[in-house]
Amino acid sequence: MPASLIDADSLLAVDIGTVTTRAVLFDVVEGHYRFIAIGRAPSTAAAPFRDVSEGVRQAIGNLQAVTGRTLLTADHKLIMPVQNGLGVDTFAASLSAGPPIKTVVVGLLSDVSLESVKRLARSTYARVVETLGMNDQRKPEEQIDSILRLRPDLILIAGGTDGGATRSVQKLLEVVGLACYLLPAEARPVILYAGNRDLSAEVKSTLEPLSSALYLSPNLRPTLETEDLQPAQRILAEHYTQTRRRQMGGLDELNAWAGGMLVPTAYAQARMIRFLSQDSPNGILGVDIGASAISVAAGFGGELTMGVYPQLGLGEALPHLLRYTSLDDILRWIPLDLPAEAVQQYLYQKALYPASVPALPEDLAIEQGLARQTLHLAVQAAARDFPASVKRPALGLMPAFDLILGGGGVLTQAPSRGQSLLMLLDAIQPIGCVTVFLDQNGLLPALGAAASRNPLLPVQVIETGAFLRLTTVLTPVVAARLGTPVLDIRMVDQSGNETRVNVKQGALEMLPLAPGQSARLFVRPLHHADIGFGPGRAPAEGIPVSGAVLGVVIDARGRPLRFPADHVRRREIIKKWLWTLGG
Amino acid sequence: MLAPVTHVLPLTTVRRERLLPVPGRVVVRLEQKVNPVEVIAEAVRGQEHVLYDVARTFGVSPEAADKMMRVKNGETVSRNQVIAQSAGLVPRLFRASRDGRVVAVGGGQVLLEVGGETIELYAGLPGTVTRLIPDRGAEITFSGALIQGVWGNGRVDTGLMLPLLSQPDEVLAANRIDVSLRGSVLLGGYCGEAAVLQAAAELPVRGLILASMSPALIPLASQVRYPIVVVDGFGRQAMNTVAFKLLATNVKREVTLCAEPYDRHSGSRPEILIPLPATQEPPPPREIEAFAPDQKVRLCRAPHLGEAATLVSLLPGLTTMPSGIRVPAAEVKLENGEQIVVPLANLEILG
Repeated sequence: MPASLIDADSLLAVDIGTVTTRAVLFDVVEGHYRFIAIGRAPSTAAAPFRDVSEGVRQAIGNLQAVTGRTLLTADHKLIMPVQNGLGVDTFAASLSAGPPIKTVVVGLLSDVSLESVKRLARSTYARVVETLGMNDQRKPEEQIDSILRLRPDLILIAGGTDGGATRSVQKLLEVVGLACYLLPAEARPVILYAGNRDLSAEVKSTLEPLSSALYLSPNLRPTLETEDLQPAQRILAEHYTQTRRRQMGGLDELNAWAGGMLVPTAYAQARMIRFLSQDSPNGILGVDIGASAISVAAGFGGELTMGVYPQLGLGEALPHLLRYTSLDDILRWIPLDLPAEAVQQYLYQKALYPASVPALPEDLAIEQGLARQTLHLAVQAAARDFPASVKRPALGLMPAFDLILGGGGVLTQAPSRGQSLLMLLDAIQPIGCVTVFLDQNGLLPALGAAASRNPLLPVQVIETGAFLRLTTVLTPVVAARLGTPVLDIRMVDQSGNETRVNVKQGALEMLPLAPGQSARLFVRPLHHADIGFGPGRAPAEGIPVSGAVLGVVIDARGRPLRFPADHVRRREIIKKWLWTLGG
Repeated sequence: MLAPVTHVLPLTTVRRERLLPVPGRVVVRLEQKVNPVEVIAEAVRGQEHVLYDVARTFGVSPEAADKMMRVKNGETVSRNQVIAQSAGLVPRLFRASRDGRVVAVGGGQVLLEVGGETIELYAGLPGTVTRLIPDRGAEITFSGALIQGVWGNGRVDTGLMLPLLSQPDEVLAANRIDVSLRGSVLLGGYCGEAAVLQAAAELPVRGLILASMSPALIPLASQVRYPIVVVDGFGRQAMNTVAFKLLATNVKREVTLCAEPYDRHSGSRPEILIPLPATQEPPPPREIEAFAPDQKVRLCRAPHLGEAATLVSLLPGLTTMPSGIRVPAAEVKLENGEQIVVPLANLEILG
């Protein structure tokens, strides 16, 4: 009997985003879990509803219409477990809707515990509004006044190694405690303490009565040399859903359906990336471009780095984007001759209507340009937190990942898969030999949320092709002038057909290899080009590649990607790249 | 499919809870008529705090210092008043450096709240007090015309509305603003120049209603002391004809601009309120709507950005747009009679 039949449960997973709520049904088909269908509806987390239930009901209703399977009762209750062929056996849920959580971070040294606690904050939909540290020159009362003025939803406290000094942490705890004491009871924040464990009992006795909830986590920095974010990330994920349950209706019921396992979307995605990376020698990168945030998760042999960037989301945050980048840096990605004001107006108009979509080519060009720039910023920021052991060929370049998985509306709704791929390649600028997948149905959060209920399900669903294989991309890193041949490639498919290509520096090439086919790439790197096997080296037995929507892509445009200074030439070259990948 | 709604209503009833951020005193009574800038509740809140570390100053333990305290929690203290006094033949005194109120005593420390400011809560809309919320505020009920905008600068004021546009697509120029407009609420089209906002500030005016505004003006518009409500959006856009007609029929009436910033999560929006007599309480705005034929809608993305239209039909399945994306779509009829297909996601109901 296949292992899957032991727990042959159907599973309904719901993911609530800022714009869209998705309901995804998984079930056992021929002994394996498979993705069955998806239903979508506008999210109702914001006003006037401020209750996710209606969006969830409509998404499940649409799923019922697609599958013909009844999942809800007449009064909109989930039928669970299956009764007479109706309903589902298990339910999982994830959530990213809602404004960023106003967060104060507290630590001792700026390059030790404060850095770690900021990294912790970046693992959820948080906006750090204040930082308190040992080297803060302000008086305690000024720090108190700052907290009172900001009224944070969450305070994250770290500091001190286990068994180390306590006095400095205690001083900061006093500030936090006094500020919380002065806040009205209904405005008191959640506090997560992840510092010197010797102080845990004291923190519990003093801060628990002064907070809306207190969580104690193992120390983020048990020693100066070690950092362990995972336990605190888990607790933070739990806190996130609790905070949201206070902000919007319907989550209590959803959480009950999910057996108390409602998780943040980014956390669910990251869980899957970490899992997938366990068998990946070089690591896996997952990115999601959403309206509420861009999230990046990188797994290296089971070790996870994750970053959630609400300030870079393609929704309400857009008017503030120019704090982090320039109009010129956005315009460089746009292949049309558009004035800077058009982009600026777009930022504000799109922020008013995050669910709106580009109906005209000009709007699409701006939207995709924004997606490239924001994703580029997010990936660069996340890369600064990658483990020191991860090798990169040069400063500022990405490590050579084995796999990249992209998700989010701007990627999945792009008119062509070539556009989806080019956005990912431009923004991430991977190197070496990478397989690129597209999460076209937004399944990653559903799988991550489902993993806690049924660990076998994600494995089998992924094995059955849940994600769309876009391409295998080969990117050389080489110091060569434009137009210099850098790779000599011979692709031999399973039927023995050969395709040869001589790739020059600056070129983007596509070698067709249809889905279902396989081939080997025999590569001769020139001028010490590095395709991930060391300068000038490539496996003599060839590199095995699988067919994909866009075959095999050779991206020799250079790393980092540089554009011609002349705008006309720049626009022409971007159009050429698009044309190469099918327009 | 559920639809976003922007209210443009000739006669409706609006109820708003107005609450102090901290407990205070409600100063209006039930059934009282209020104007938007009338104070309905007030509270005193300390602006800052001063922390006195008595234990450290006296060089004693916190427990010992606590025994030396001469003030209690909640007590008002004056500058130079003794806060703590050490024991002994020649006791040491710890005095308050400022006037204030003790908000915490313990651990050898005293925390003083100083520089109290009075917070005044305005009614924010013209209407009647229909419910008192003890210590926090009141519910105000308004009847009249309501036009919701997309951007506001956080100010509130009332004045006579005077038109500076005869067509919805006009540009408001600074030379249109003269002294005859002082103290009024101006109805304008697109504003692309800082000079317009500055001229309005110099008069001054009681408010500015704009069809659209250049995003480059947002920093200045956020700072001016009169309320600004942008009705349709950013970049040069005409005012949607539904709002334009409603505003045009109410010129020379008292209007209130409650220019609250747009917050999708809480639902607060900038609003233009025009009190109108009603024999019976008009129906409240419908907050939840689904798209259906014959509805008045506004296009919130190009092409025809900001234009009002009538929804003709919802198209089945997905439709390919000129950009190439495939999305659920609807056919709409523009004011000029042209019928076009637009993504459903780019529509909102006006009603």
